[in-house]
Amino acid sequence: MASNSSGGSSDRQRIAQQRLRIIAGHLQRPVDGDSAILAAECKAQGSKPDTSREEKTVPRRRQEIMKWNGWGYSDSRFLFNKKGQAEFTGKRYRLSGMIIPGLKDWFECTFGASLQHKTPATPLLNSSAVQPPTLNEAFVEELKSTGIPFSQDAEDRVFRAHGHCLHEIFALREGKFGRVPDMVVWPNCHNDVVKIVELASKHNVCLIPYGGGTSVSSALECPPEETRSIVSLDTSQMNRILWVDEKNLTAHVEAGIVGQDLERLLNESGYCTGHEPDSMEFSSLGGWVATRASGMKKNIYGNIEDLVVHIKMVTPQGVIEKSCQGPRMSTGPDIHHFIMGSEGTLGVVTEVTMKIRPMPEYQKYGSVVFPNFEQGVACLREVARQRCAPASIRLMDNEQFKFGHALKPQVSSIFTSFLDGLKKFYITKFKGFDPNRLCVATLLFEGDREKVLQHEKQVYDIAAKFGGLAAGEDNGQRGYMLTFVIAYLRDLGMDYYVIGESFETSVPWDRVLDICRNVKARIVRECKERGVQFPPLSTCRVTQTYDAGACVYFYFAFNYRGLSDPVHVYEQVEHAAREEILANGGSLSHHHGVGKLRKEWMRETVSNVGMGMLKSVKDYVDPNNIFGNRNLL
Amino acid sequence: MASKAVYSQRDPMLKKRDDFEDILEERRNSSDLRYALRCYAPVVYKGLCPSKAGTLKSMVLQSDQLHYVIHQVCRETGRAVDDVQEEVSSILEEMAHRLQLSTVRFFAFTLSKVFKTLFRSICVNEEGIQRLQQAIQEHPVVLLPSHRSYMDFLLMSYLLYTYDLALPVIAAGMDFMGMKFVGEMLRMSGAFFIRRSFGGDKLYWAVFSEYVKTMLKNGFAPVEFFLEGTRSRTSKSLTPKLGLLNIVMDPFFKGEVFDVSLVPVSISYERILEESLYARELLGVPKPKESTSGLIKARKVLSEDYGSIHVYFGQPVSVRSLAEGRVNRCQFNLIPRHIPKKPSEDIHSFVNDSAYRLVRAQEENMVLKPWVLLASLLLQNQVSGQKRGIALDELTEQAVWLRDLSRQYGAFLHWPEHTPPSEVVSSSLSLHRGLVRISEGRVQLALGQSYAVTPEEELLSQAVIILSCASYRNQALHVFLRPALLASAIHTASSNKKRRTDTVFNSFSFLRNMFSNEFILCPGATVQDFEEACYLLVKTGALQVTQQDVLVTERGHRTLVFLTSMLDPFLQGYQVVCRFLCEEATEALTEKQFIPAVRKFIIKHLLAGRLRYTEVLSSDLQKNSLAALLRLGAVRKIKGYCLGSFQNISTLSVFFCLGGKLPTQKAVIARL
Repeated sequence: MASNSSGGSSDRQRIAQQRLRIIAGHLQRPVDGDSAILAAECKAQGSKPDTSREEKTVPRRRQEIMKWNGWGYSDSRFLFNKKGQAEFTGKRYRLSGMIIPGLKDWFECTFGASLQHKTPATPLLNSSAVQPPTLNEAFVEELKSTGIPFSQDAEDRVFRAHGHCLHEIFALREGKFGRVPDMVVWPNCHNDVVKIVELASKHNVCLIPYGGGTSVSSALECPPEETRSIVSLDTSQMNRILWVDEKNLTAHVEAGIVGQDLERLLNESGYCTGHEPDSMEFSSLGGWVATRASGMKKNIYGNIEDLVVHIKMVTPQGVIEKSCQGPRMSTGPDIHHFIMGSEGTLGVVTEVTMKIRPMPEYQKYGSVVFPNFEQGVACLREVARQRCAPASIRLMDNEQFKFGHALKPQVSSIFTSFLDGLKKFYITKFKGFDPNRLCVATLLFEGDREKVLQHEKQVYDIAAKFGGLAAGEDNGQRGYMLTFVIAYLRDLGMDYYVIGESFETSVPWDRVLDICRNVKARIVRECKERGVQFPPLSTCRVTQTYDAGACVYFYFAFNYRGLSDPVHVYEQVEHAAREEILANGGSLSHHHGVGKLRKEWMRETVSNVGMGMLKSVKDYVDPNNIFGNRNLL
Repeated sequence: MASKAVYSQRDPMLKKRDDFEDILEERRNSSDLRYALRCYAPVVYKGLCPSKAGTLKSMVLQSDQLHYVIHQVCRETGRAVDDVQEEVSSILEEMAHRLQLSTVRFFAFTLSKVFKTLFRSICVNEEGIQRLQQAIQEHPVVLLPSHRSYMDFLLMSYLLYTYDLALPVIAAGMDFMGMKFVGEMLRMSGAFFIRRSFGGDKLYWAVFSEYVKTMLKNGFAPVEFFLEGTRSRTSKSLTPKLGLLNIVMDPFFKGEVFDVSLVPVSISYERILEESLYARELLGVPKPKESTSGLIKARKVLSEDYGSIHVYFGQPVSVRSLAEGRVNRCQFNLIPRHIPKKPSEDIHSFVNDSAYRLVRAQEENMVLKPWVLLASLLLQNQVSGQKRGIALDELTEQAVWLRDLSRQYGAFLHWPEHTPPSEVVSSSLSLHRGLVRISEGRVQLALGQSYAVTPEEELLSQAVIILSCASYRNQALHVFLRPALLASAIHTASSNKKRRTDTVFNSFSFLRNMFSNEFILCPGATVQDFEEACYLLVKTGALQVTQQDVLVTERGHRTLVFLTSMLDPFLQGYQVVCRFLCEEATEALTEKQFIPAVRKFIIKHLLAGRLRYTEVLSSDLQKNSLAALLRLGAVRKIKGYCLGSFQNISTLSVFFCLGGKLPTQKAVIARL
């Protein structure tokens, strides 16, 4: 602290300036934020939606608008106000500025937490605690001559040293920094990247590509054993849509663009990609490609591997790309599949040609309440069997249903609350649903109006066969909103001794129920065995349906009061949960990727030969391990 | 963690056991009728899908597993699907229980009456009951009682009813079903019937395993079966059967349940109802077919005093923690789970090891009565040829010595604390007055009272008494087994006072291997068993063991003599079977012929005085020794049915080794 004081005043000055800038940004926002599509309301709106193409969401100095030690925008966060009521600050989201009366009780009951016991984060980034950069002078010199912007500023470096795993955020909140990149470069286009990679190869510098920074697989962590200079290659400034081909319905886009910008810009010309991962506000196209991302509306638009037509990637051996844009090829193993899921170990994805679709004419949310989770899963299975899944269909278990319920904002009129009461009465008393067993599926339909209505009827008819009751659009919409704010909620929990995270898997249909039950039970048991004083929140939901299986998300959080090393306990439990997933026939990951967090299971996942194949590709493409983030293998 | 959960701390003395509570006491003081009609509302499994016995059947019939096997059978045999389905239904009909509370209430009433006349007390560890209650709520539960009497499963259901616990469904042998009316009564009290052997019948196996799994997975009721497969006629625990254990573990392996709790239950009878029945059976008088009239005839047992029963509900064992690090459940990921698959090597060995551990857990919580010690002493005394028996006070002295020894070895001995030893001894003797005779202050086994015509008949009637007695001694065998093996190994190794440790170990390991069909010896645990034996004998000051040598101490002599004598009848028995195979069985024998032939051979030797142990007449021992010789390759099965002792050389070496005339090393080589 003492050593800090000298830098304190300048820090303060800087922060004040930062605030001013942010406030100025808010003032620029148009009053009317209504967008064409309902779904967009869930997500935060970009800070400058009305401005021209050149102005994008992600500035070079991300810390100007985003938290350096938590999720998302600096202006948006949950807090308990003086009355002890939860509220969500800012103006970006539908929930922004609202009071959420049920959250406190839910929070205290579920975790045994108390508003009296706080664990606030270190408010300011203490630059002097960051290791001074190890620079490769020759590299820096040559880089300067190219004119590509770069920075050795501690804040910039720290921001790019982590993703959003619990242990990463926890350490930041405590003001602890491990190995961070030694500098950050911001290439502006493909050719810049080519130059950077050439220089890195020439001077043996380690490059770590950085897109949206939303990784949850420790993929962005700098390997502590790395002795070379580490350069974080931030793609955020490569964010243009280079062309749109309306005849073939494709768009050629620079890989640094983040999801919300891509959709917004395409929407302006009446198109969309339909690729909407939960992180789409911040995650980038290149990141999606590098991790084999999946979007919530994949039932209509497909996952990233279905969406890309052409990829350009810069590797130490040169640029890899296909020679044409044929929609399908029989030309040996698809080289795109070396790139997709390579997690930054082979090179930097710079440009991608993606399929686009005309924007849907009509969107409709919906929800169905089932008497229990088993029935819900049976219904989803049937929907998948009949291949009539809506754009999105998700099934939350009872705990998540309650959680979603706790997030209902304060209702404005007595009439709404009366209606809510009536609904509850109808479901629990009249229909005899057990409030501690019922679960809810949220739906999103998209397309032309007539077809949507028809489709809706088909799905509701199937649901009825499994005891499902339609529960309204509002519940459905709130379910999707939860997706975007849940990461903010984790920060709130961390203010009060509660830590948690989510992880996912994919699993054949016949094992969905078993895996859900067993993994949840394993989490509870492991917590108990490791001395967690309070029962954990251990809940799951089925988020995607496929012909042969489903994607399942687990949410796990607990109150860590009384534990000396909560992060370690958390990691042990998550490890055990992953073992349980694998033992129950689940995959290592559905779309989060492997990173460094799940590396240890790669060999058993892909077999020895598979491992050898991947290794030999790495050895050929990047023999000097320039892309040395050490993910995957 | 897993292994500790099941059994064995290093020092058996440290074992903590619960206290007992007599449940008959309340029965004697309050109305049986009210008890039988009282409100019964047990706690159930939290994941229970409530279903009736009838819906259970249709769940089984509609299961993917059964569908798959039905179609497979159709393909293979060319039968019509309907035809096979019908067979399945009838198998299920024959098998299924029809658990009914009213029948259970009927049993609760009558059994109360019966138990009160037969037994002084029925003692239960209530902490075990509480643990069980907890377990039932958490996970599907499998009850694994020891099996010494027909009484066992009625007693189990009775106890669970008494404690307001979920009534179990019980796997029972088909032979019960032959009993008119009673079979149906048992069915309605929760028994389901399985054929004794159905090795190759795919369809039967499928129905059976699916039926059991369905009940288990849905938490319909605790599943109860006997690991030993059948009643032990000798009071020794039997080598566990793996079929049902495999079935109940399968849902865990396949992830269909989070965990399964296995609860070993030890039921110890002070006096076994079937005492002399078993002895006769072992001597070759065939087992009477279960029939209702037989049961009614057996009512004369009602007038006798059978002492007390102790039931100990052991620590529930989690299959999950047992399997941790041993079973890779991923092996089930690549084949649909409803397709039946032979258990892989690692699953098989895991189930086998678990079964042994569970049987040992049963053994360890068996309550031993003073009479067990007396029976051991009297048998040894009888063999040592003292025709007049042993003086009562000397017997008391020996019994006290043995009491202390057995406690040091971790026996769960129920010796009344505040009664003078002489009283304890005489009251034990009087309970078993059919087996012992006391005259002029001297005690001996009640032999030679019969008026048999031929010496052979006289021998057999004596054998009944001796085998009955031996069955009580056998109750204590598990306590002394490992030290006894060591003592015998020392005895065989050489006659010097000092023996080389490695020689003793080789000898120990040979004996252990030889007897692994006879006693419960966990596969692959030779070193642990050796260490345990050394530890116990060193702790009690009988041995000094160093890296090089094993030295018997002065005071250890008595212990070692006792221990070797404990094992001696078995050694002699195996030896005589070997001799028979060498001398008489020059031609190949069928398995059926073997027992009568070897019995004849043994009777001849006994009458000629060439053999001291009458208990060698036990067909159990003869079968076990044959199985051991088969396993060791000394005897071979040819053409599936016949036995031929073609490798006489190795048989001989086994034989000599048991006699201590050949160094063990050579025998081991010969075996290889």
